[in-house]
Parts: sequence; structure tokens; C-alpha cells
Amino acid sequence: MVTEDPPAPLLQMQGIVKTFPGARALDGVDLDVLPGEVHCLLGQNGAGKSTLIKVLAGAHQPTDGTILMDGEPIDIPHPVAALEHGVATMYQELDVVDGLTVAENIFLGHELATGGFTRRRELVRRTREILARLGHSEISPNREVSSLPAAGKQVVSMARALSHDARVIVMDEPSAVLDSGEVDNLFRVVEELTNQGIAIIYISHRLEEIRRIGDRITVLKDGKTVGRNLRVADTPTDELIRLMTGRDVEFVFPDSPGVAEDAPVLLDVDGLALDGTFHDVSFRVRSGEIVGLAGLVGSGRSEIIETVYGARRASRGTVTVSGKKLRPGDVPAAVDAGIGLCPEERKSQGLVLDEPVYRNITLSSFASLARAGWLDEPAEKKAATVQIEALDLRPRDAGRAARTLSGGNQQKALLARWLVHGCEVLLLDEPTRGVDVGARSEIYALIRRLADAGNAVVVISSEIPEVLGLADNVLVVSDGEVVHRCPAKDINEHGVLDLVMEGSVA
Amino acid sequence: MNTQTSAPPAEEHASRSSWLRGSAGRNLGLVLALALICVVGVITGGERFADWGNILTILRLAAVLGVVSIGMTFVITSGGIDLSVGSVLGLATVWATTLATQTMADSFHWIVIVFTALAVGTAAGLINGAIIAYGKVVAFIATLAMMAGARGLAEIISDRQTQRVQSNEFTAFFRADFLGVPVLVWMFVVVAIAGWFLLNRTTFGRRTVAIGGNAEAARLAGIKVKRHTVYIYGLAGLTAGIAAVGMLGRTTAGTSTNGFLLELDAIAAVVVGGTLLAGGRGTIFGTVLGVLIFTTLTNVFVMNNMSSSAQLVAKGLIIVVAVLLQQRFANKPSSTT
Repeated sequence: MVTEDPPAPLLQMQGIVKTFPGARALDGVDLDVLPGEVHCLLGQNGAGKSTLIKVLAGAHQPTDGTILMDGEPIDIPHPVAALEHGVATMYQELDVVDGLTVAENIFLGHELATGGFTRRRELVRRTREILARLGHSEISPNREVSSLPAAGKQVVSMARALSHDARVIVMDEPSAVLDSGEVDNLFRVVEELTNQGIAIIYISHRLEEIRRIGDRITVLKDGKTVGRNLRVADTPTDELIRLMTGRDVEFVFPDSPGVAEDAPVLLDVDGLALDGTFHDVSFRVRSGEIVGLAGLVGSGRSEIIETVYGARRASRGTVTVSGKKLRPGDVPAAVDAGIGLCPEERKSQGLVLDEPVYRNITLSSFASLARAGWLDEPAEKKAATVQIEALDLRPRDAGRAARTLSGGNQQKALLARWLVHGCEVLLLDEPTRGVDVGARSEIYALIRRLADAGNAVVVISSEIPEVLGLADNVLVVSDGEVVHRCPAKDINEHGVLDLVMEGSVA
Repeated sequence: MNTQTSAPPAEEHASRSSWLRGSAGRNLGLVLALALICVVGVITGGERFADWGNILTILRLAAVLGVVSIGMTFVITSGGIDLSVGSVLGLATVWATTLATQTMADSFHWIVIVFTALAVGTAAGLINGAIIAYGKVVAFIATLAMMAGARGLAEIISDRQTQRVQSNEFTAFFRADFLGVPVLVWMFVVVAIAGWFLLNRTTFGRRTVAIGGNAEAARLAGIKVKRHTVYIYGLAGLTAGIAAVGMLGRTTAGTSTNGFLLELDAIAAVVVGGTLLAGGRGTIFGTVLGVLIFTTLTNVFVMNNMSSSAQLVAKGLIIVVAVLLQQRFANKPSSTT
């Protein structure tokens, strides 16, 4: 698509800055998009991709910087304005309404109506037209969207963008929900669109996809543009990964004393599988060891430890804790055996936010802190306070509602819950998500201390340096499979990214 | 706790400023509302209202609604709803007064009537709970089905006839006074106290609050959420059964219309009392006050010969005002001091 004499850019973003309280998400991002090109946006988790596309979609207001369309500066104060300027965004979670028909979905919010009555015939005719442009005439405009597969819903979402006369369509990991046949189809549609002069901003972690359909690449790191308008054809993978990695990490990771050869195996996962998500995962964690699972979002990392914990019922395989085999899909049994999970979403999965901190801490320990169903609040407060002090949870007020704690302290409250219970196997999913940069090193030190005290720890993080810095041993997960395992010191960020990004298309 | 010697005055100050927003403050508001209704009662009714006999009448009338509302408090605190308690109460009164049950009671003891009512109520509640927890049916729908089904079953069993309690001992027992207070009122008092302990002093209550506050977090903390849900609805059914016994004691009539729309009064009393409809916070004391507010209001209206339609309007206003006030409190959590 790119000719020798490139046409004038359709969309330009210049020096975009976006600050949130306590964080600078975007720190001067530049992006030029030409008409009819597929422009790939690349970067690790937290590099600023999502924030950038939210700015473009009108969901966030940039703190600084200019957005130009056809060389004219534009303002995008709200999502409808983005559509008016011809920018449509397809988020990963497809925003279609299941109960409505294809046609109704496409014209949702700008229904064709006269005096409040929908013009059904016109609606169907226009829908057919748009679907034909996408090469999907086989989808009936009157079909209910809930009956379409994910790929079909994606087409509807794109058709909606076209119904707004979109000239730039942002696609956020569109292939994540598709199988390989559907991906081919997606690429065909993308080609149809670019042939009509529409520009696509394509976000994906899969380098193979980018090579197949991408024209140019912009690489983000730490909220900055580090690679600009790279031609896909002449940029080697190595170069891309080099640009994405080496993020400034100002954290101190505690040293590992190493795991004793004869340390007892506390957690033994053997051949664990969850159909459709991951298969044949085996690993062991010894007392004093931290095992890290590295992989991208959607690789199956979280599902693996949720299945180990029994929050999902394994299709096959066994989990053995301290020699005791667990019944699949039974969280109380796992907790009894001494596994504790600190889930990814602390607020929605971990804490009862309006209850006091001490009650959150003792929630799993009534077996020891209550007698025959009767609570012993003084004992609860005492047990909680011991952990609050040991973990340096602040403020030192056990009676405060969990909602009022900072992210790092909420994480400590969850750790305290399992320590009160006497868990020896700790599963930590994204332990520093939502934790202030300043508090992270403290959480790292804490996790290492817990391991040194003889616990077995499994850590998941989307931030690869975090996994490598914390863990003794690392499993690299990609597409529901453990693709590599090695001591953490034998692999670097570059190596991990190489492994997970070179995975084939589905 | 003992280590906080550093700044007790600040702490005290904080707790004082949050006091009005806390549960004590909410209950104070309810007490004031109840007092206001009583003042109106005294002004309009004078001696007739302030009479000890009238107070006992109010309490006796409050007993049936009160017992059901205690069970409902647990359901709502857990984030659920039970629309079936009124119908289940009706079914329990009918089942406990069938010829078969009464014959058995005749030959054995009147306690058979009591146990039958409790068993019917509990069984209906457990069925609700099982359908909600294991059938994954929304509580609103599952209990709506029970509401229709139990009422229909009561009509079939009774053939829409009123069945009188034949046992004189039963009637005598529930019409008697104990320490100058009717047995029915004692029943409410005992259930309320038991409910308070269950909610505030047992793991059952703590788990109920946790499930209502964040069911997913409760599940991942290792709480058996499904089993607990069954117990909660079983408890609501049990209170409906106890209330059915109270109803029989008061009226001696087992009819399929008993407890008609009682569930709505119970939900109103619970929510006005300060239990969050969304779950995660429940108060037995508030529920008792909510029940007393509605019952006293009815008494004042009846005494002044005002229509039941006017009562409904007043009730509606109280519900709206109470919930609006609650939401204002909810927006400023008591813990941010």
C-alpha cells in the first residue's frame, strides 16, 4: 500500500501527553497514519497503547498534544465526537447488543427514523450495502446478533464503524477472539477496507499477523514513541523486540538465596488441563521457591493458577499440595490444604470492600478463629493485627474499611489472609497491579521474604521484568501452553518476548 | 489495638464525627421517626394511643411481620431477595391445620401443628435456596415461582376454605401472657435476639455479609457460597413457618390467603431499617425499628379512622424518604474519616 511518494497523513497525533494522578501514562506520543494503510501499534503491557487509543476514541482527554485530521487540528471531547471525525474504535470486548438484530446494531445510536418511527426497509437496504462492502453479504441484516459467532460480531462491529463513514478504524487485538480460519477472514475484510482508503490502526502482540497485513509500525515504550513509522517489510523482529524491551525499571528485586535441592515439594501440578484454554501444564514448587509464569494477557496464565486453586474445574490432571491430592474445582478443599490465591482483580475478586480490614483478613480462618460457629472477635483482631504489623500494612487500623486502603496495602491484606490461615502455597496473580510505583519494591521484598520463610510461591505478571526479577524459575506460557522453562537468571526480557510473540497465528 | 497509645484524641474525634453516619446514626434516625409517629399518635389519640393495652396490640400485630422480616434481613444482606415468604406463610398455616395434621395433634400434642408449620416453611425455603444456588436461577424469579406455587398449593389443600385450629390448648397457649406480655410478642423478641446473635456473633452471619458484599471474593476465600445460600433461604423459610404459627395463634384460621403481600411489607421494613438492598450490610435492630414504624403507623391511622388507602400513601412516602436518606449516607462511607 505504501507508495514511493507517501500521501499526506490522514491522522496525526503529535506529542500526546496524558497524566493520571500519580502516573504519566503517555509522555509525548507521536503517530502518523496514512490513508489506506494498516498501521500497527506495538508495545508491552503498560506501554500506553490502551491509553492512546482511548484518547483517540474520546474516552480520555489528553493533557497535552495535538490531534490532526487531514492536517486540521481537531478536538475529541467525547466518544460521539470521535465518530463524527471519522474515527471508530473496536475494543476487544465487542460492544454489540446481543438482543438486537444485525441491522439494529449497526445503526444503534443513529437509527434511520422519521418522526420516531424506524425506517425498516431502508435500514435493511443500507445494512446489506455495508455488509457487501465488507465482503460478508451472507450475514442476514435481520439475524439476531446473539446467534452470531465472535467473528460475525466483529464484522457487525466493523460494519457499524462504516455506517459512521469511519476513515480510521482502531482494532484492539481483533484476532484474540478468533480461530485461525476466522483470522484469515478478518484479514480479507481488513484488505477490503484499506482498498477503499480506510486506515486501520491495528494492535496485536502476534508478530506473524503484523508481518502478514501490516504496512508500518509504531512502537511505544513507557508512554513514548520509540520506533516511528517503521516499514514492516524491512524491520527485523529482533529490532522490534529490542525497541519494546529495556524499559526503565527502577525497582530493586531482592536476591534469591537459591532453592535447596532437598527442599520439600509443596505444590505439584501434573498434566493439568482446562479444555479450550490450556493443556498439559506441569510444574513443581519447592519450599522457599518462587516460580514465575510469564506470558501475555490472554495466554492462559491466570486460568492456570485459578485452576490449580480449584476456582475452575480442571478437565484433566492433578494438583498435589504437601502430598495431598486435591479434588478438582473445590476451592474450600484447596484452602484447607494450604493454598491461598491473591487474585488479579483485588477489588472485585479479593476483598469485601465495605468490611473492616481485620474481617477481610480472617475471612478464611474461621476454623481456627471461631468455635462451633461462634465468632471470637478479640482473637480475630489479634491475629489480624499480628499480620498487619508483620507485613507493615498501613494504616495500622484493623477496623478501617478495606475500601480505604491503597492498592499495595490491599495486596498486603490479602497476603495476611493466607498467612493467618497458615497457607504454605501462595498463588499471586499480578501482585503489583494498581500498586504505586513507590510501593512495589516493598511488595517484592515481602514476597521474597515469604518464600525465604519456607512458603512456595507462584507469581504471575504481565510485566516480564517483574517475573524475571522475582522468580527462581520461570515458565513461559503462550497460547495455553508452557513453551519454555528455565531458571530465571538464564533468560532475559528479550528472550521471553521472542518466545511468546513468535507464536503462530492461533 | 493495644499499641495505639500515640494519638488517642484524634482517633476519638474521628469516631465521633463518623458516629452519626454509622449504624448508630442510622438507627437514631429510625428511633426519631418512630418517636415522631408516636407523638402524632398521642396528639390525635391521646389516652387511647398511649394505653399499655394499645402498645401491646401494636406489638402483637408487629410479631408476624417482624419474624418474617428477620429472615428477610439475612436474605437481603446476602444480596438476595425472597418474594415467597408471604405465600409460604399461607401454605404453612394451611398445612398445619389440615384434618390430618389436627387429628395427629389431637392424639399426640398440639406441638405437631407448630412443627408442621416450621417444617413446611423450612422445606419451601430450602427448595428456593437450592434452585437459586445450584440451578443458578435469579433469586427474584425462583422465589416469584415459589410465591405463585405455594399460594396455589395452599388453595388446593384447603379447597379455599378456612380451617380452624381445633386444639384449645394451642389457642390458649398463644393467647396467653407471660410476665404481662403476650406470647406472640415474646416470639418476636426471641426471634429478633436470636437473629441478632446469628448475624453479628456467628460465622454464619459473617459469611452472609461477605457473600452479600462480594460473592466472588467470598468464593475465592474458600467460603462454600452455594451451600450457604441454601441455608439462608432455608432460614427465611423457617421464619415464615414461625410467623405462620404466630398467625394461627392470633387468628386460629388457616387459610390460603394468609400472608398475602406480606413479603412486600417485610422487604420494605428491612430496607427502611437500613439493610442495603444490594447486600453486604444488614442490621437486625434496624429491621425491628422498621417493622415497628410501619405497624405503629397503621395503628395511628386506624385509630383516627383514616382509610387504608391513606396509609398506603404514607407508607410509600416513608419508603422513598428512607431509601433516599440511606443513599446519601452510602455516598459518604462512614469509614473515610
